[in-house]
Amino acid sequence: MKARVHVMPKAGVLDPQGKAIGHALEALGFAGVGEVRAGKVIELDLAETDPARAKAAAEEMARRLLANTVIESFRVEIA
Amino acid sequence: MRAVIIVFPGTNRERDMAIALERATGRKPALLFHRETALPDGTDLVVLPGGFSYGDYLRCGAMAAQSPVMREVAAFAARGGHVLGVCNGFQILCEAGLLPGALLRNATLRFLSMDCHLRVERGATPFTAHWRQGAVFRAPMAHGDGNFFCDDETLTRLTAENLVAFRYCEPDGQVTAAANRNGARQNIAGILSPNLRVCGLMPHPEDLVDPLMGGEDGLPLFTSLVEGLAAA
Repeated sequence: MKARVHVMPKAGVLDPQGKAIGHALEALGFAGVGEVRAGKVIELDLAETDPARAKAAAEEMARRLLANTVIESFRVEIA
Repeated sequence: MRAVIIVFPGTNRERDMAIALERATGRKPALLFHRETALPDGTDLVVLPGGFSYGDYLRCGAMAAQSPVMREVAAFAARGGHVLGVCNGFQILCEAGLLPGALLRNATLRFLSMDCHLRVERGATPFTAHWRQGAVFRAPMAHGDGNFFCDDETLTRLTAENLVAFRYCEPDGQVTAAANRNGARQNIAGILSPNLRVCGLMPHPEDLVDPLMGGEDGLPLFTSLVEGLAAA
């Protein structure tokens, strides 16, 4: 069972990387791009076959290591 | 003082740290690899030096914070042991939860390699006793992720409990936005644990401990520790 962990900088936490991407898009001529936030996606291949248990396990992994909840929020998606 | 320097894969400032500690203590510190599961008997001080542990994978310090030796370092700190983290070492202490907050990418996105000035915000601690409160000293810095961040509640607590050790400032001691090159909250360069025994900072006092290095501005950190730990 695959779990996808989306990790994003929390609202209110400065995201200079997202800002730089936004500037680059503007330089390329893309108009109308507002705020850009850059995060990461971590894909996990889990032996667990129960979706609820797989989600709970991935969330625990996110809390312990994959995300730093001081600065990042996360969302787990089971596929 | 028996100091132990922890070395992770990708640590690269352990030798500078060893020179500074030896200069202050007259004794070579032990180097301990990340896989070790015990600190040497009689360890007084654990130092996490700078570098790029585990290639900064995931987040700076995140992998190192989970390594076997860090369980021992956390237990040592819980017993009241003294721990110093510099640069990547500060990032590891935050990731391990031994200090609050986190170090974000520099606000400018630039790697900063230059001298900065620091103001001693809290004197009379094991790490700062040999400076007077408000003293200003020069320290080299070299980091891409030194932008100290914490939530408002933590910031209020750090300020109220007087746990900010160092702030970025101008050479004359003024704490200005211009001196805050990495964008840290309230110019914070270094903080202390509530028991004042764990200290993390981004700049490198260990790189200015000998006239041959261009100055001895950083030496008081180490002489403070020698005296403070002898008294402890």
